[in-house]
Amino acid sequence: MSVHTDHKGVQFGMWLFLYTEIMLFGGLFVIYATYYYQYTNDFIAAGKELELVMGTVNTAVLLTSSLTAAIAIEAMRKDARKLVIGLLGVTILLALTFLCIKYVEWGHKFAHEIFPGSEKLASGPHGVTMFYGLYFTMTGLHALHVIIGILVLGVCLAFTARGKIHGGRMDILENSGLYWHLVDIIWIFLFPLFYLIL
Amino acid sequence: MSAETSFFNTPSPARYKGLGAWLLTTDHKRIGLMYLVVILFWFAIGVTAGLFMRTQLMSPGSTLMEAQTYNAFFTVHGVIMIFLFIIPGIPAIFGNFLLPIQIGAEDVFFPRLNLLSWYLYVAGGIIAIISLFVSGAPDTGWTFYVPFSITTKTGVSITVFAVFVLGMSSMLTGINFITTVHRLRHRDMGWMQIPLFTWSVYGTAWVQLLATPVIAVTLLVVIFERLFGVGLFDPAKGGDPILFQHLFWMYSHPAVYIMILPGMGIISEVFPVFSRKSVFGYKSIVAATMAIAVVGSFVWAHHMFVSGMSDTAVLVFSFLTFAVAVPSAVKVFNWVSTMYRGSIHVGPPFLFAMVFIFLFTVGGLTGLVQGAAGPNVHIHDTHWVVGHFHFVMFGGTGFAFFAGLHFWWPKFFGRMYNFRRAYAGAVLMAAGFIMHYLPMFILGLKGMPRRYYTYLPEFGPLNFIAGIGAYIMVAGIVLTFVNLLLSFRKAEPAGPDPWGGTTLEWTVPSPPPVQNFAVEPVVLPFPYDFTAKEKMKPGSGT
Repeated sequence: MSVHTDHKGVQFGMWLFLYTEIMLFGGLFVIYATYYYQYTNDFIAAGKELELVMGTVNTAVLLTSSLTAAIAIEAMRKDARKLVIGLLGVTILLALTFLCIKYVEWGHKFAHEIFPGSEKLASGPHGVTMFYGLYFTMTGLHALHVIIGILVLGVCLAFTARGKIHGGRMDILENSGLYWHLVDIIWIFLFPLFYLIL
Repeated sequence: MSAETSFFNTPSPARYKGLGAWLLTTDHKRIGLMYLVVILFWFAIGVTAGLFMRTQLMSPGSTLMEAQTYNAFFTVHGVIMIFLFIIPGIPAIFGNFLLPIQIGAEDVFFPRLNLLSWYLYVAGGIIAIISLFVSGAPDTGWTFYVPFSITTKTGVSITVFAVFVLGMSSMLTGINFITTVHRLRHRDMGWMQIPLFTWSVYGTAWVQLLATPVIAVTLLVVIFERLFGVGLFDPAKGGDPILFQHLFWMYSHPAVYIMILPGMGIISEVFPVFSRKSVFGYKSIVAATMAIAVVGSFVWAHHMFVSGMSDTAVLVFSFLTFAVAVPSAVKVFNWVSTMYRGSIHVGPPFLFAMVFIFLFTVGGLTGLVQGAAGPNVHIHDTHWVVGHFHFVMFGGTGFAFFAGLHFWWPKFFGRMYNFRRAYAGAVLMAAGFIMHYLPMFILGLKGMPRRYYTYLPEFGPLNFIAGIGAYIMVAGIVLTFVNLLLSFRKAEPAGPDPWGGTTLEWTVPSPPPVQNFAVEPVVLPFPYDFTAKEKMKPGSGT
């Protein structure tokens, strides 16, 4: 079997896959739009309860991780493998930081009896239930993507260390970078929807 | 081993032997045949479940099963036939095997991803079996409508997850095919030189890619609903069940075109070859394929005319539904015109294709009745609908599947089957089919609802006739498969081009060698130019 060296084709396939990820979240954005239209006031009230500071810090953390991932790819083009390993390590650490902050945020909500299926939400106004239902579903699904991203970047790190990825053969790294930017971009949409515009 | 040795005898990857060389293969032809085996297994189970249901319905009252068992049967039948047979069937088997050969490529663009898709497909099937036994067989129907699907105590979560995994598999296959067509097409092959089957699989791949994520997320939300009680689709908590229906049909209606487009691709290959004449209106078939893919994505809400929508929405979706019939009709006229003044050689694939045209046309025309908002209200959720979608899906895609199976069987295995048994199988299947599904239209018009395990006594005679038809049809299916399997016992070599086809797969030996082309393929200026072929290889086409 011949080894493909068609970078353009590999990236083309990856872009198609990224499109499906966007559509996956797109379905949830449609649900958000519907319920925002239906329960605007409840959404605004519930949105004010979210912790803006934590959300902002998380946005900064994730954006920085996207930057380090991008630099890692540029470093790989120059075949600076040690630098790549360091940068990927930082990216993964930042991703873990993001998850930790998310964990604390969710923990605070859980402490206030706010979680899917809780008594408090079930007895409260419908719009608040919908808001938190979407909040946990969308940030939860996003967190799942962060975890997958950590695994993918971890594989890239291991492959770089073992010399399987290098400056001449970096399709996997580039595609992983694209995936990580997608995770970042989805958060860039989630953040204003839940924390800022309400 | 010479470059001409068939892919059966050349293990891929080379270091493995026997079953391992199949299960770890990245050869698109082997993966296609692995799909063939698993998909036919599921088809057999789906047919059996359907036959049990029809036997129950042959007389009113609980003769064979209770209501709950019947619910489980129609759910299992639907899930298997839709997600495990019709959606993957033609693209996964024929697409995998033939698409790279038809465009002069060695393999698909992502061979390992292709193998992963197969494993995801098998995993989805296994999860679906598990769901039957964990907490009771699912009883929602294949549509998983909320709020019932989030309140029923049966194992719906696992079934839904199985469908999610199958969707993943279908999506990855789609990505693979699109990339293959774009990047691995032979350098002499322009877009208007691509064989129509590849065109249709390519169009289908786009629909798979565009639509599947929407159902993926919808199913995820259903799982979240069941596990955590989120409430997004639960009216008691302020959610909207209609929203589920929109999201569900936003995928599942385009999925209907995922089912039928590759079937149309097969028919577009069979007609020119058996008429010995260039296909009529190649470009219009291509355009119609893409038009169906696009317009078909805008018609989903015709499933919801009685769910509660604004009159404007009903009007718009009714109009768009009519619009999608236009490109379908264009294709039917193209196929019929292809035969005009052709030199028709009848063979089993051709007979299946003729039956396809008839049944698909009936299915399409009855679809228009449903697309019109007025009659839709009358026949909604009756047996009319069951009759219609079986005419389109089985009479359309199913018969196209059999046409393709008979058309390319010699290519797959290098053996020819018995023609007389194939004709008998086709005729039995078609006659049984009409006897089975035609009464459903009358039953539906008279008001017999679908999804019920029993009915009023006056519906008895027609249901009995339908049941007899079902048995005749299944006899035809069994005969067809027995005939195909018997071709292994009596080795009758088929030769590279038994039908006199012009597309690239007929220029390579049957079965093809592992690298597909031992010599550089010659791409015809037009894929269905029979005269050019005659000039190039005198004496062929017999």
